[in-house]
Amino acid sequence: MAITAPLVQPASHLWSISPWRISHVRRELADTFTLTLDPPADAADAAAAFLPGQFNMLYVFGCGEVPISISGAAGEGGRLKHTIRAVGAVTRALRQLRAGDVVGVRGPFGAGWPIDDTAGSDVVIVAGGIGLAPLRPAVEAILHARERYGRFIVLYGARSPEDILFARDLGRWSSRLDTYVDVTVDRAAGAWRGNVGLVTALIARVGLEAEHTVAFLCGPEAMMRFAVGALAKRGVEAGRTYLSLERNMKCGVGLCGRCQLAGHFVCRDGPVFRLDRIPNVFQVREL
Amino acid sequence: MQIIDAIGRSLQQVPVFADLSADYHQLVAGCGALSVFQSGETIYREGAAADSFYVIRRGRVRLEAHVPGRPPCIVDSLGANDPLGWSWLVPPYRLQFDAKALELTRLIRFDAACLRRKMADDPRFACAIYERLVPVIVGRLAEARRQLMDLYGQPAGRSQAWR
Ligand SMILES: Cc1cc2nc3c(=O)[nH]c(=O)nc-3n(C[C@H](O)[C@H](O)[C@H](O)COP(=O)(O)OP(=O)(O)OC[C@H]3O[C@@H](n4cnc5c(N)ncnc54)[C@H](O)[C@@H]3O)c2cc1C
Ligand code: FES
Repeated sequence: MAITAPLVQPASHLWSISPWRISHVRRELADTFTLTLDPPADAADAAAAFLPGQFNMLYVFGCGEVPISISGAAGEGGRLKHTIRAVGAVTRALRQLRAGDVVGVRGPFGAGWPIDDTAGSDVVIVAGGIGLAPLRPAVEAILHARERYGRFIVLYGARSPEDILFARDLGRWSSRLDTYVDVTVDRAAGAWRGNVGLVTALIARVGLEAEHTVAFLCGPEAMMRFAVGALAKRGVEAGRTYLSLERNMKCGVGLCGRCQLAGHFVCRDGPVFRLDRIPNVFQVREL
Repeated sequence: MQIIDAIGRSLQQVPVFADLSADYHQLVAGCGALSVFQSGETIYREGAAADSFYVIRRGRVRLEAHVPGRPPCIVDSLGANDPLGWSWLVPPYRLQFDAKALELTRLIRFDAACLRRKMADDPRFACAIYERLVPVIVGRLAEARRQLMDLYGQPAGRSQAWR
């Protein structure tokens, strides 16, 4: 398949980095934290209009820039949350920052979850690890308009009980009578009373009417591959399955080609894709 | 007889046995009894004779491995409609893990010797049982292998997504 040529010329705002101030830092897990960022006045409207599943490019001055999904809105004025796992130079530098420090922000970018287009369907969210971060705004958007959807199911897998992200949100969602939430961990010892096993085991157990169901997935690609298989076994077709993908990025706006994948640019055409549009995504072996 | 009929009907709801013929449902049900475990109760212990096979009707069960000097390691958890235990299929018929109820759990308990006898008497029945249980075993083995992959860990020096 040919690589799609970039269709848009760079608008200056795609490149301009605006200074956002950190209003709050929350430690989520040993290596994961959430930054709540206040936009400057001239960026507040654009920020407030983000779509669940979109990402921002966060720039640490003197260090570098990384794509990070928006993990939620925080009150009025376009204040946004980003939940970050510290893995390397830039994400570790982000972890050093404190309330009052400034981060450079470009965005929001990319295609989000099809929240409006899937109204009327049953929705299954399947998240693994920090993959819950880009899905949290989707969960909140569906809960906000709960009457527009059929059954709503949130399945989450983490490495261990200590690695469960947004435990308070999961508890809040599961306390609702109109939402089914189930959580599993890969390994546990002692006092853990929840499920042990892969998130695919939760998919196998949950009641689904495949022809009315859409699935949103985000997590490590290996997890998504198994989860897609488990959903297909339950009859959920690729045309009703959406996933958020990651590739290393540079420009974030469809110009440099760094994030190309099977004829798409992940930054511009994704990161959320419908599975039938990227049919062999999990069959590419690393060289 | 009423209990056997009730068990036969329950088995029709259990996906793994749902498509067995009515005759075979009766054969299986004839070895069955209903049992209940309270939350925290042990259903069976590692090393004991595998004289039972279970299907969970309601509730949740966890499988634990015990290693001296460490808290029990939870290797799997099972829920409604899941078959529990396959050591009864393979000599020397010894259980390999502890099984504990995580909440009030209702099960159908099958007498393993009774099932093995019926399977020995009727190879087609045996085949029907194996055809249904082997995919469950293979599925759980695949899951266990995937759990070993540490999906949520950060791959060393990789170039693609890691979430
Ligand atoms: C659309 C999109 C949304 C993202 N959302 C989030 C998010 O919400 N929270 C979050 O914590 N992370 C998210 N990421 C991943 C994040 O961008 C990377 O972790 C970050 O770029 C790493 O930069 P670094 O300088 O800290 O690490 P580096 O020093 O660049 O790398 C450290 C290690 O991580 C690997 N790595 C680096 N970047 C990536 C990447 N993009 N994908 C896979 N492996 C990588 C490297 O190979 C290396 O092993 C997202 C990525 C994309 C493309
Ligand atoms: S095209 Fe530059 S990061 Fe996607």
